[in-house]
Amino acid sequence: MYKIIKKETLYQNIHALWIEVPEIARAVQPGQFIILMTKEKGERIPLTVADYDREKGYIDIVFQVAGKTTKELSFFNEGDYLYSVIGPLGKKSDIDFFGTVVLVGGGTGIACIHPIARNLKQAGNKVITIIGARTKELIIMEKELKEVSDELIVTTDDGSYGKKGFVTNILKEKLDHDHTIKKIWAIGPPIMMKVTASVTKSYPVDTIVSLNAIMVDGTGMCGSCRVSIGGETKMVCTDGPEFDAQLVDWDEFMNRMNRYRKAEERSLQYYENHIKRQGQGEV
Amino acid sequence: MAEMLPLKDRIRLEQVPMKEQSPDVRIHNFKEVPLGYTREEAIREAQRCLQCKNPTCMRGCPAEINIPLFIKYIVEEDFKNAYFTILNTDALPAVTGRVCPQEEQCQRECVLNHQGKPIAIGRLERFVADWARENHVHAEHPNNMNNKKNLKVAVVGSGPAGLTCSADLAKMGYDVTLFEALHKPGGVLVYGIPEFRLPKEIVEYEVKEIEQMGVHVICNYVVGATEGVDDLKKDFDAIFLANGAGAPRFMNIPGENMNDVYSANEFLTRSNLMKAYRFPEYDTPINIGKIAATIGAGNVAMDSARTALRLGAEKSYIIYRRSRTEIPARLEEVHHAEEEGVIFHFLTLPIQILGDKDGKVTGMECIKMSLGEPDQSGRRSPVPIEGSNFVLEIDMVIDAIGTMANPIVARSAQDVEVNRWGYFKVDETTKMTTDEGIFAGGDIIRGSATVISAVGDGKSAARAIHAYLSSGNSLRKK
Repeated sequence: MYKIIKKETLYQNIHALWIEVPEIARAVQPGQFIILMTKEKGERIPLTVADYDREKGYIDIVFQVAGKTTKELSFFNEGDYLYSVIGPLGKKSDIDFFGTVVLVGGGTGIACIHPIARNLKQAGNKVITIIGARTKELIIMEKELKEVSDELIVTTDDGSYGKKGFVTNILKEKLDHDHTIKKIWAIGPPIMMKVTASVTKSYPVDTIVSLNAIMVDGTGMCGSCRVSIGGETKMVCTDGPEFDAQLVDWDEFMNRMNRYRKAEERSLQYYENHIKRQGQGEV
Repeated sequence: MAEMLPLKDRIRLEQVPMKEQSPDVRIHNFKEVPLGYTREEAIREAQRCLQCKNPTCMRGCPAEINIPLFIKYIVEEDFKNAYFTILNTDALPAVTGRVCPQEEQCQRECVLNHQGKPIAIGRLERFVADWARENHVHAEHPNNMNNKKNLKVAVVGSGPAGLTCSADLAKMGYDVTLFEALHKPGGVLVYGIPEFRLPKEIVEYEVKEIEQMGVHVICNYVVGATEGVDDLKKDFDAIFLANGAGAPRFMNIPGENMNDVYSANEFLTRSNLMKAYRFPEYDTPINIGKIAATIGAGNVAMDSARTALRLGAEKSYIIYRRSRTEIPARLEEVHHAEEEGVIFHFLTLPIQILGDKDGKVTGMECIKMSLGEPDQSGRRSPVPIEGSNFVLEIDMVIDAIGTMANPIVARSAQDVEVNRWGYFKVDETTKMTTDEGIFAGGDIIRGSATVISAVGDGKSAARAIHAYLSSGNSLRKK
């Protein structure tokens, strides 16, 4: 059992949990993820590690309520225990000195770019961070990212905060004006990563994305997370989660993300009826 | 107490059949198919044993069970001592009693084969193990014995090889820590073999019994990720790697990454470990089509095709590129599958999976095969018949064409050499790898095989680890 040390609600349905798992906190590197289960009957879901404290033995995950498991997870509080946490899984980000790098984050992907930005900054890079969301309240971790970026640009779709428009528009402007940019990390919803890949395609930059595929074991055993990279089948859990954005078969990836859409709806409904029967907020 | 019959009478007795759930009932549930012997049936079957002076059956048992002795105890209705006799060398009797291919092991060696059917050793083993579990009969724990050694052994992977090795070492007094990557111990026994062949409750029980011996089982610990094998070397005197050959093999044909194409590993893990057959009570979903095509004809393929039927597929096909004669699965499994309505397409090779733009599978293009000359495995190799292409109407696919080494553990063990398939190189008898003090066994040294061969490896490794440590060696001294 894995203890929740701290819970923060970043915005309505976006939450951060600090979990006590010393052996993972000791080993985790930027870009890696964990798989957790809320309870014995739960499913195994992958979540990127957003931060870690090696000394205290804590890791931080950020999630947005999207389906049954994230909804249930949002009812967990400080002092509660998770049934299972494993990791760190996947390969670490390629942290090195590149010159100028751009980190693009959308949704909870904003949390995922934080440790990568920090480590790239420490490696001596000039770090430009572009984060975006639908509206002002959904912009998370602005302060933390400002600390590890040379420049932070915020966008909102509705113009309620920062620049109006999509992160990809800003990224294109940057690429047109700053020719020192060598490498880009784009982490967020699949559609944002796909659009980023098409924007950066014509520029002489490497673009890295982190794929949040559907997994079961997370250790290369089941093949649920397989994805075509440059025509070759790879496992997101052991070969990724980061891949060259230009090599990803986006249509296939996005199809596979929809594999259980109907079941996910059914599961959420079943859970909500269950909560109603049990009284509000019971985990 | 039942009597020991005179030899001439014993030979005349017919093998006692085991009752099963009827096919039309069992395809709607996940309960076990064979129901086990009753007390009377077990005694009657045990009475057939000739109690050979030089028992050949034991030669066929990698778990080294004293077969005639435990059978003798059954005749005497001393089930407790029958249980202890088995447990003396086999820590997983209810498991091996169910999933061992006895017809190729102990029972093949039985002298009664000359007269008729051999003693149903597996069924008797199962009876004894079930009796002990139901009657709360436990082994006397070695922690009550005075053989504790201050030496620590790490076992990586809690499948049959890891569990057996841990149990044997604990009995010898070693301090054993068993690491499991998943949230439940048992390896293939919990994620791979379906409930209707091996109820998970039974695996849980036998693992608990092993824990009672003093083995520390640590789940959710991914050796190779949470900590490497080389890190474990600092804390343990010897290491046994039994992480299995867990990576799925795909056919590498077009369309294989479409939505309803599963590896058998994913399909069975969702159903068995994650209990998707009880969705939405359990959170993990599984998608079932109307017509499921399972590629391959091994035991895992039979398990997959039969699971698909139970989950609601209207039709379940086995697609196999060779003929019935070459089927690698146990005959019993093939028989069960056919009884349940699984349809076999022999001499058929899939060449493409067809689907729509949303990734939905709509069919599978196949080609007919003919059998040519025997290949290296001694089986006649299938050759495509030109122009025989046809489309099979199906809407889900399960690839059950085997597994390969998962490199995650090997990557963290710098001095442990692997062969060209990624399996650990070991000394045949001692199971020691190229890194002295690190041993390996089970599927990760030879590719997917049987539970019982893993049990055998676990036993030889435990013996070799004991020899290594009792001559004063230790990884910590290296």
